[in-house]
Amino acid sequence: MQYVVKERKTEIDGRFGAQVKEESGTEINRCYQCLTCSLGCPSAFAMDYLPHQIVRMVQLGLREQVLTSSTIWVCAGCEACATRCPNEVDLVEIMDVLREISLREGLAKERSIADFHRIFLGNIERWGRQHELSLILLLKLKTRDFFGDLLTGIKMLMKGKLKLLPGRFKEKASVRSIFQAAKR
Amino acid sequence: MSQQTAAGLRYAYYPGCSLEATAREYDLSVRAVCEHLGIELIEIPDWNCCGATSGHSINRRLASILAGRNLALAEEMGMDIAVACPACYIRLRSAHQEMQGDDSLREELSRVLAVSYQGKHGTRHLLDVICHEVGLENLKNKVVRPLNGLKLAAYYGCYLVRPPGLVAFDDPENPQCLDGLLAALGAEVRDWSGKVDCCGGSLSLSKREIAGQMVNGLVEMAKRAGAEAMVTACPLCHANLEMRQAGADGNKLPIFYFTELIGLALGIGEARSWFKKHLISPSGLLASYGL
Repeated sequence: MQYVVKERKTEIDGRFGAQVKEESGTEINRCYQCLTCSLGCPSAFAMDYLPHQIVRMVQLGLREQVLTSSTIWVCAGCEACATRCPNEVDLVEIMDVLREISLREGLAKERSIADFHRIFLGNIERWGRQHELSLILLLKLKTRDFFGDLLTGIKMLMKGKLKLLPGRFKEKASVRSIFQAAKR
Repeated sequence: MSQQTAAGLRYAYYPGCSLEATAREYDLSVRAVCEHLGIELIEIPDWNCCGATSGHSINRRLASILAGRNLALAEEMGMDIAVACPACYIRLRSAHQEMQGDDSLREELSRVLAVSYQGKHGTRHLLDVICHEVGLENLKNKVVRPLNGLKLAAYYGCYLVRPPGLVAFDDPENPQCLDGLLAALGAEVRDWSGKVDCCGGSLSLSKREIAGQMVNGLVEMAKRAGAEAMVTACPLCHANLEMRQAGADGNKLPIFYFTELIGLALGIGEARSWFKKHLISPSGLLASYGL
């Protein structure tokens, strides 16, 4: 089936809603579009679709638009929507699932945010704890943004707020085996 | 259950990664204040990162097991966990809840780490511990330098109060415990409507302009309510509110950790050294009240 949405032809994936429902464990069909989520969303101003629209699009099976949207990455996961939803639709869990699927299928639109999450987890896999200085430097290499925050970074180094070396963590092998287990 | 000893309360302490670096002054003030209040904190040996927002954002199973390792370590110590960072707090509580409801996850944790994890102990935030175990009357009685006149906005952010099914020590829309705590220290606490709005901390490094807009909206709101500083219990909010605040240095609102202000009011001598680590210096503001 083909529908015209936002003036382009769109494939409908009739199983998408069921997939998201199953992976997130939340009943998306309870949403009756009251807009409480979108009205209270603190990062809605930077989204291409509002949160309640994403839910509707998932229900309708607009798989590609949802998975390539900036909304799922701009969501800061602050839990305001899930707390306020009168129908207990856990939109935070839904966003987590949509990000997972979007990464799995190589559709992530907001590269810098997806890169941030991957670098963040890579550091934990390597050192067991987060090392903020290398998190910042690796993100800069990846996004080729070398001068943003330079002065702030220097100030933080001078105040001892950024450590030069990662913290001492012994059981690196057990953290690596956690990553192995979770990747399966 | 927290362990009551003759001296007071005892917890397995989980500092979290930020408290080793960008939030060094939070860690220092937590340890000093807890010692002063008779809360014994024993750091969990060889704790690992909880996975934070990035963990559950792209791999929920990984997030649960990473956080779960710390729960298992604390269980070996036989104590409840006390956490300073709300992001760690919610990750540890979330993993605990998931392990209770999902035997396969608990078994996987036990198998990967070769431990037998039962999930016997809970995780509490230090704001909860100080407000509800130490008690605000008790805290008030220990104040030697009341913060008289200092006008503060209590900023809770997200994970201390949401989601209510996971964290339940205060109201999710209009929490009061931090307001009450600051009032007990003698400060003038301003009522405002931004106390549980997100500052965009998880986007602070990857999307500066979005985080900046969120931060400056909050700061303006706090200023309009008459606040001269904001008070947080979160290292990510603190870093984001300091780094992304716009305007000339003299017009920026200083951001305090709640434990720093407790330390100041209790007369802990080293408190001044914590403030030197701030990007927005609060020393002018404090001096104007003789603090």
